[in-house]
Amino acid sequence: MIELFRVTKAFGDQVVLNHLDLTIPTGKITAVIGPSGEGKSVLLRHIIGLLKPDMGRVIVDGEDITHMSRAELNRVRERFGFLFQNSALFDSMTVFENVAFPLQEKTRLSKDEIRDRVRRALEDVGLRDVDDKYPDQLSGGMKKRVGLARALLLKPDIILFDEPTTGLDPIICNAMHRLIKETHQRYGFTAVIVTHEVPSIFDICGYVAMLYRGRIQMRGTPDEIRASEDPVVRQFINGELEGPLKFV
Amino acid sequence: MLSIARYLGALTLSLLRELGRMLLFILYALYMIVRAPGKPVHILKQLSFIGAKSFFVIFLTAAFTGMVLALQGYYTLTKFGSEGMLGSVVALSLIRELGPVLSALMVTGRAGSAITAEIGIMRITEQIDALEVMALEPFKYLMSPRILGALIALPLLCAIFDVIGIYGGYLVGVKLMGVNPGAYFHEMEKSVEWKDVYSGILKSVSFGLIISWICCYKGYYTSRGAEGVSRSTTAAVVMSSVLILVWDYFLTSVLL
Repeated sequence: MIELFRVTKAFGDQVVLNHLDLTIPTGKITAVIGPSGEGKSVLLRHIIGLLKPDMGRVIVDGEDITHMSRAELNRVRERFGFLFQNSALFDSMTVFENVAFPLQEKTRLSKDEIRDRVRRALEDVGLRDVDDKYPDQLSGGMKKRVGLARALLLKPDIILFDEPTTGLDPIICNAMHRLIKETHQRYGFTAVIVTHEVPSIFDICGYVAMLYRGRIQMRGTPDEIRASEDPVVRQFINGELEGPLKFV
Repeated sequence: MLSIARYLGALTLSLLRELGRMLLFILYALYMIVRAPGKPVHILKQLSFIGAKSFFVIFLTAAFTGMVLALQGYYTLTKFGSEGMLGSVVALSLIRELGPVLSALMVTGRAGSAITAEIGIMRITEQIDALEVMALEPFKYLMSPRILGALIALPLLCAIFDVIGIYGGYLVGVKLMGVNPGAYFHEMEKSVEWKDVYSGILKSVSFGLIISWICCYKGYYTSRGAEGVSRSTTAAVVMSSVLILVWDYFLTSVLL
């Protein structure tokens, strides 16, 4: 279970997270939705300690990661996988080297074992014959899948997805959702997905939390969110122009 | 009035914060070098990039520096009728001063800028964050090999610079201006002491640290976007170059 208690974060004068409370259940897919620029990615970065809150605490399975030393934090991070918005593949390495990198650095597996596991991980995400390509030779969707393969490889307990479908066409977007769902069923990790892909994300997630003005506006199952009377939630999931959400 | 005071105060504070951050950066980097120097292959790669690939530019600058030193030295020395001293003038200026400083400046321009740009792009494309979330220490993969590479490469490049410069001086002084070749090398041998060589090496090692420190630091703390990378790269080159010259003065005054 991941718990955020009264997490507050400001960049300069701009308060992004404002006394935010959120509980993320183990073994489920939780989607964090909300308008662009509301700090969804910032929230995700707090969960893995890439950002430290100005106030409040982040607790991962009972361990407070807010004030951990680097070594302790690295120990907790061993349990995480992270899929970056732009995939964040190492551009000086081939696809194979990218996926193999964490294995090479953290395990004592032989070269053959590493090759097998990397191949399997790439096949899991539906990629073949891309081993020797460099990231800049891949499409956005392929890069995300390589990123997912890299995140899955060490069999993490928790995977954080930072907008896994942004910039993909609707078909690949659905394929990505299905891929996340399938791998989730297979490996049973806890997933947190930051996205504004509504309503299609509702088909794969167990819980939804909507972020608005630095707080969780509403949290519940997809059905509860759909049935919500909250004007902010209604406006967002229906994509209406009129309502409390203002676009400048 | 109040706003001026506030501005100055804010400026001082941000300067102090930056200096503190730089100091912590190099201290942590050195600590990581001791604890996890990185794989030899990564260090060799950096050594090749910072050192071997700088050879050509060092060769050119060294040759022409030695040649112009001989020309100027010859012109000055003939005024005192002591052109036989040309060898020691060329050698001492190169070994004590120009070799370490010019090779460091050339490396800053060629390799230092590339280091900042590369690390900066890794920062803005979240590749450094990717290392961190994999619980892999970015300093071990990015900083340690570069700092070690620069520490080893700089004194070697400086030695090459010295030798090529001396031969460049020989070419102009002896072959062109007609200085006695025996006198050129004999005077050199007589006047160059171990202390001169040693101080030159010490200088170039410290310049290696300065270049890798500033360039890695500026890359690591790059702000968003292509503009951020260009800004850090410029800042890294300017700052390293200035720091090299300032530090050179202090080191010379201590070692003299």
